Amino acid sequence: MSRLPLMALLPLLWVSLGAASAGAGDLDAVMSLLAAHRHARVDFVEQHFLAVLKRPVESFGIMTYDAPGRLEKRTVEPRIESLVLDGGTLTIERGGHTRTVDLASHPQILPFVESLRATLAGDRAALERAFRVEFAGTVARWTLTLTPDDPGIARTVARVRIEGSRDDLLTVEILEVDGDRSLMTLRDHQGS
Amino acid sequence: MSRRRTFVIGAWLGAVALAALIAVDARYLTDLSAFLPEHPTPAQRLLIDQLRTGPGSRLLLVALQGGDARARAGVSIGMARRLRADPEFSRVENGEELAAERDRAFLFEHRYLLSEAVTPEHFSVVGLRAALSDTVADLASPGGLALAPLAARDPTGEMLRIVDRLSRLRRPRTEDGVWVSADGARTLLVAETAAEGSDTDADERAIAAIRAAFDAARRESPGSAALDLVMSGPGVFAVDSRARIERAVVRLSIASSALVIAVLLAAYRSPAALLLGLLPVATGALAGVAAVARGFGAVHGITLGFGITLIGEAVDYSIYFFIQSMRGAPAAEPGVAPWERRLWPTLRLGMLTSVCGFSTLLAAGFPGLAQLGAYSISGLLAAAAVTRFVLPELVPRGFAVRDLGPAGARIERRLGAVRRAGSAALWTGALALACLALIVLFRARAGLWARELSSLSPIPMAAQKLYERLRGDLGAPDSLDLVVVTGDTQEAVLRGAERAAGALEPLIDRHVIGGFDSPANYLPSLAVQAARRASLPPPDVLGPDLERAARGLALDAGRLTPFLSDVEAARRSSLLTERDLQGTSLAAGLHALMLRQSGRWSALLPLYAPAGAAPRIDLARVGAALAAAGAGDARLVDLKRESDALYAAYLHEALRASLAGLLAIVVLLALALRSLTRAAHVLAPLGLAVLVVAAALALCKVPLTLLHLVGMLLIVAVGSNYALFFDARQAGDGQSALTLASLCLANLCTVIAFGLLCLSQVPVLEALGTTVAPGAFLALLFAALLTPRAGRGAGVERHA
Repeated sequence: MSRLPLMALLPLLWVSLGAASAGAGDLDAVMSLLAAHRHARVDFVEQHFLAVLKRPVESFGIMTYDAPGRLEKRTVEPRIESLVLDGGTLTIERGGHTRTVDLASHPQILPFVESLRATLAGDRAALERAFRVEFAGTVARWTLTLTPDDPGIARTVARVRIEGSRDDLLTVEILEVDGDRSLMTLRDHQGS
Repeated sequence: MSRRRTFVIGAWLGAVALAALIAVDARYLTDLSAFLPEHPTPAQRLLIDQLRTGPGSRLLLVALQGGDARARAGVSIGMARRLRADPEFSRVENGEELAAERDRAFLFEHRYLLSEAVTPEHFSVVGLRAALSDTVADLASPGGLALAPLAARDPTGEMLRIVDRLSRLRRPRTEDGVWVSADGARTLLVAETAAEGSDTDADERAIAAIRAAFDAARRESPGSAALDLVMSGPGVFAVDSRARIERAVVRLSIASSALVIAVLLAAYRSPAALLLGLLPVATGALAGVAAVARGFGAVHGITLGFGITLIGEAVDYSIYFFIQSMRGAPAAEPGVAPWERRLWPTLRLGMLTSVCGFSTLLAAGFPGLAQLGAYSISGLLAAAAVTRFVLPELVPRGFAVRDLGPAGARIERRLGAVRRAGSAALWTGALALACLALIVLFRARAGLWARELSSLSPIPMAAQKLYERLRGDLGAPDSLDLVVVTGDTQEAVLRGAERAAGALEPLIDRHVIGGFDSPANYLPSLAVQAARRASLPPPDVLGPDLERAARGLALDAGRLTPFLSDVEAARRSSLLTERDLQGTSLAAGLHALMLRQSGRWSALLPLYAPAGAAPRIDLARVGAALAAAGAGDARLVDLKRESDALYAAYLHEALRASLAGLLAIVVLLALALRSLTRAAHVLAPLGLAVLVVAAALALCKVPLTLLHLVGMLLIVAVGSNYALFFDARQAGDGQSALTLASLCLANLCTVIAFGLLCLSQVPVLEALGTTVAPGAFLALLFAALLTPRAGRGAGVERHA
C-alpha cells in the first residue's frame, strides 16, 4: 500500500471536523427555520452537464412543496413532465402515461428526491438516515453536503450539495461518480 | 324352494361383490368438472381449459390483512423467501424487485429485437435525428441524470420505450417494497404451483406450505401477531370444495343413515327388520356407484352426494314391503303370494316412473347430471330387485314387524276430518293453491332462474367474492373480455397476436378499451424480430448517418461508439425464443397468456376496460376493429357471457329433458293404469307439490338453478309412489290404515334424507335438499287428500 490513500483522507478529515465544529448549532437553526416553512412555490432552472453532451442542456419549471411530505416538480420546457413525491411514492407523468414508483423498492431514486424533500421539511433525522450530512457556512448563507450512506447508491451518486440562505434554497447540485452533474437554481415563483 | 333360495341369494351376493370390486377400483373426481360440458364449443373449451388447467388455475392469491403495513411487508418478504425455495411453486411474486435487475439487463441487451420502434425509417438519418432530439429532451428532464449512463449506448431511447410499454400494464401498488391493495389494507402475494392446475393434492400441499411459511415468517417478524392470512384462487377452491363435498357426503350420509335407522327401529321395533330393510338401499348404492364407474370411467364426488337421495327413495321399498306384506302374515301361510300380487305391481310402477324421470338426465350434456341419472336408475332398479326377490327369501319364518295399523288408523282419522270437506271442496282448494302458486311464479318470472354458471359451482358465494376482490387488488383484468388467437404453432399465434394488437392499439386512444396485454409484449414473433433485426443498418452506413443526424444537436456523436457496437452486436444476434426468457419475469408474463392444448396454441389478449365513464367494453367496436384490420384469426371472447351462455344452454337442455321425462311418466302411467283420468289423479298432487315448492322458493328470492329442476323431478319420482299407493288403495285394496302408515314412514325417511342436504355447505346439494324435502312431504299430503276414495267420490274414476 502506498501512502496515497491516507494522504487523500487527510483533507477530508479536516473538512468534516471543521464542519462539525463550526455548524452543529447552525444546522439545527437552519433545520428549524426550514421546518417552520410549510409551503413553498418556486421557479427552477435545471442544467445537466453530461459526458455524452457537447454542451449542457437546460429545463425549467415550477416546484411546489407542502409540508411535510409532498413535493411536486413540474417541468414546462423542453417537455411537459411532472414528478410528484407524496409520502413514500413517486408519481411520474410523462407523455400521457403515469407511473407510480415506491421509494422503498427503488432506493436509487432517494438522492434525487429525498435529499430535497427532507431538506425542505427541515427533517434532519430523515436526512441522516440516508446521507452523511455536512454543514458549512452560517444561517444566512449555508451549504449542506449530503453523501449517500448506502454503498449501492454511492456507486452512482457521489454527493448532493444544497446551498441556501435561511429558509430559502438557492441551488441543488447533484454530482455523479462518473462526473455527470446537474445543477438546479431556484428562485421565488414569478407570476401566477 | 330351497334351490331357488340358494340361487337368488347366491346371485345377489355375487352381484354385490362384483359391484363392490368395481366401486373400490373406481376413480373418484373431486374437481369442478362435474358441471362442465363434455362437448364444448371452441369458446367453451377455452373457458374450461382456463378453469381446469389454464395458467390462471395454478395461481394462489394470498393476502395479508390486519396489523400495520410494515409488519405485513416483513411477513410477505419472509413468506416469499421460503416459498421461492419450495419446489411446489414455480413462481412467487410479492412485488419485491428481485427479478428487476435481471429483467432490465435482458431488456437492455435485446432492445433492438424487442422495441416496436425499430424499423428501417427509424434508422434513417431523419429517423435517427428525431430519436436523438427526443433523447436530448429526456436528458434535460429531471430524470436526465439517471438516463445519462444509458444514453451513450441507447441514444435512440429503445429501452425507455420498452419499459414504458411494459409499465403501462396494470400492476398492484407497491408499499414498503411489496404489493398492496389499492386501499393499502391488504398486502398481496401470488404463488404459482408447479403442478398442473387440476392436481388437487398438489394444491393441498401448496396451501399447507403457504400456511407454514406464514406462521414461520410471523414468528420472526415482531408486531405481526394481529396479521391474518387469506387465500383464494382455483386451487383453494378445488381443495375447499373437495373437502366440503367429502365432508358433506360422509357426514350427511352418516347422519341421514343414522336418523333413518333410528326412525325405522322405532317403527319396526325389530333390529332384524331394520338390517333387512337396509339391504335394498345398500345394494342400490353399490350398484349405482358401480354403474357410474363402468359407464363414465370415473365417479364425481358430487354424485355420491346425490346418492343420499337414493336413501330417500330406496328405503321406501323395504318399508312398503315390511309393513304392508307382513301385516298379520300368519306363520303358517307359505310364501309371499299376496305381496307379489298386490303390492309389487304398484311398487314396480312407482319405480318405473322414477326411472322414467331419471332417464332423461342420462342424455344431459354435462357429467354431473348424467351421472346422477345413471346412479339413480341403476340404484333404484337394484333396490327394487332386492326388495322383490331377495328380501322374501331372507325373511325368517314367523317374522313380523310391529303392527302399524293403529298408527295408520290415527292418521287416517286426522285426514278424514279434512276430507269431510268433500272431494269437490278439496279439489277447488287445490286449484286455488295452484293458481296462487302460478301467480307468484309469474310475478317472479324475471328473476326466477339463476342466469350464471357460478350458480352451479360448489364454491360458496362468499369465496367467489373474495376471489374477485383479490383479483381486483392484483390489477387483473376487471372484465373477462379476451381476444383469442388460435393456431398450430406458437409462432403463428404470436403473429396473430401482433396483428390483433395493431387493431387494438388505436382503440386505446379512442377510449374504447383502457388497454390490453399480449404474449407478444414479452416475446415478439420470430418474423417481427427478424424484420427488426433486418432494419438495423451495417456499421459503414450507420456511422456516417449518425454523424449527419447529430449535427447541430447537443449530443456528441463522437461519444456514441458504444451505440454503434451494440447495434452491430444486435445485427449479428440470434432471435429470441421462449427459452431465452427463462429466469426473467417476462417468462411468467408469456406463460400466463399462452395456452397449449392438444397441439393447438392459443394467445390470450385480455382487454382492460377504459377508465372512467364506460365500465363495460363496447365489444362490437372491438370486433369491428379486428375485422377491419384483417385480424381474422383473432376471436373476441367474452368469458362471462360465454359461461353464462353455457349455463343457459344447460338450463334449456335440462328443462327440455324434464318435460320429456314428465311426458314419459304420463304415458307410462296412462298405459299402466289404462286410464288417463287415473293417471291425472296420480299426477295432480305431484304437480301441485312442485308448483307450491317452486312458488315458495320464488317467494324466498332463491333463484332457481338446474339442481332445483332436478329436485322437482325427484319430487315427481318419489311422490309418484305415494300417489300410486293411494290410487291402488282406492282401486280396491282395502288396507288403508297400513298403507297410510307405511307411506308416512317412507315419507319421514325421505324428508330426513333430503332435509339434511339443506345443511350441507355445497350449494348444489343444498338446492336439492330445499326442493325435495318440502316437496316430498307436500306430495304425500296432497296425494292423501286429493286421491278420490273408493265408493265415496264420484264413481267416474273407477275404471280398473
